[in-house]
Amino acid sequence: MSTPHAASARPSFYCREDPGVENGSVIGFWIYLMSDCFIFAGLFTANAVLGTSYAGGPTAAQVLDLPGLALNTALLLVSSVTFGFAMLRMARADKTATLAWLAVSGVLAAAFVGLELHEFATMIAAGASPQRSAFLSSFYAIVGTHGLHVSFGILWLIVLMAQLGRTGFTATNLRRLQCLSLFWHFLDLVWVGVFSYVYLAGVLR
Amino acid sequence: MKPVPRQHPEEASGSVQTHSGTLRGYLTGFGLAAILTAIPFWLVMGHVIQDRLLLILLVLGLGAVQIVVHIVFFLHLDTRSEGGWNMLAFIFTVVLVVIVLGASIWVMYAENANMMPMAPAAMPSTTPSTTPGS
Repeated sequence: MSTPHAASARPSFYCREDPGVENGSVIGFWIYLMSDCFIFAGLFTANAVLGTSYAGGPTAAQVLDLPGLALNTALLLVSSVTFGFAMLRMARADKTATLAWLAVSGVLAAAFVGLELHEFATMIAAGASPQRSAFLSSFYAIVGTHGLHVSFGILWLIVLMAQLGRTGFTATNLRRLQCLSLFWHFLDLVWVGVFSYVYLAGVLR
Repeated sequence: MKPVPRQHPEEASGSVQTHSGTLRGYLTGFGLAAILTAIPFWLVMGHVIQDRLLLILLVLGLGAVQIVVHIVFFLHLDTRSEGGWNMLAFIFTVVLVVIVLGASIWVMYAENANMMPMAPAAMPSTTPSTTPGS
């Protein structure tokens, strides 16, 4: 079954040149975020199924603090927008303003985590600990997982601010900031699901 | 697929090549998100609507709209970014999340609805709840 020009038509099974995608990190990070969606989807499912299993303990309407939630939601939303401002200053290669907006975003997110820990401490002191009922277990699991994400986002932000301060707008730093920007906005997106589904709809069930 | 040469924005060029959105975009997104957050809080905390099911559906619907606002104005997801692969990965995720969430809720609801009715006193600890098995 050999043709006269079989040698030249032989298929090549490897690429000699690097077929690297432009901005490959960003799509890779996007796919990580999509996989993170599945983690949160699992926790949302647990909360949906167990959300009314109070086991004789406190109900969602009794323990969830809605005014505190409103403040927390506002903090995270404003933090998301200020991170956007940082990215806009980054596009203009304005290092001081970028660092300033990043710091503002970090402080707002730290306030968010602080308030959330305070809420947890208040709830646990009132007897609504994760061990009390399936509802509370699923509540702490999803809100805590989100809070851990935000905490690690803050850690990442601090590291990137130090690197940006030291080496400036190098290609590597720009790529990292773009990924952190996606992470930051993604966490705000997940929070929309948490406050509408776990808190507001939870209080109504 | 044609290999694309790697291009890195350099510091020397002064301005950097990123698709980071516009000030107008972020402010529009912020305004819409703030409104879409304020409405459900007002509905729930102000006891505006008495019908619980309608209220829950409204809160979840507004949340879904706000998620779309975040995706468009903050995450800048469109069919062009990264050659459409971002959008494809996103659609795949949404489909699977809907299946996982929807089917789990459906299965567990059906299971609860078909549970043998149990007198509240027979349960280890009782809750003033109308749904059996919860």
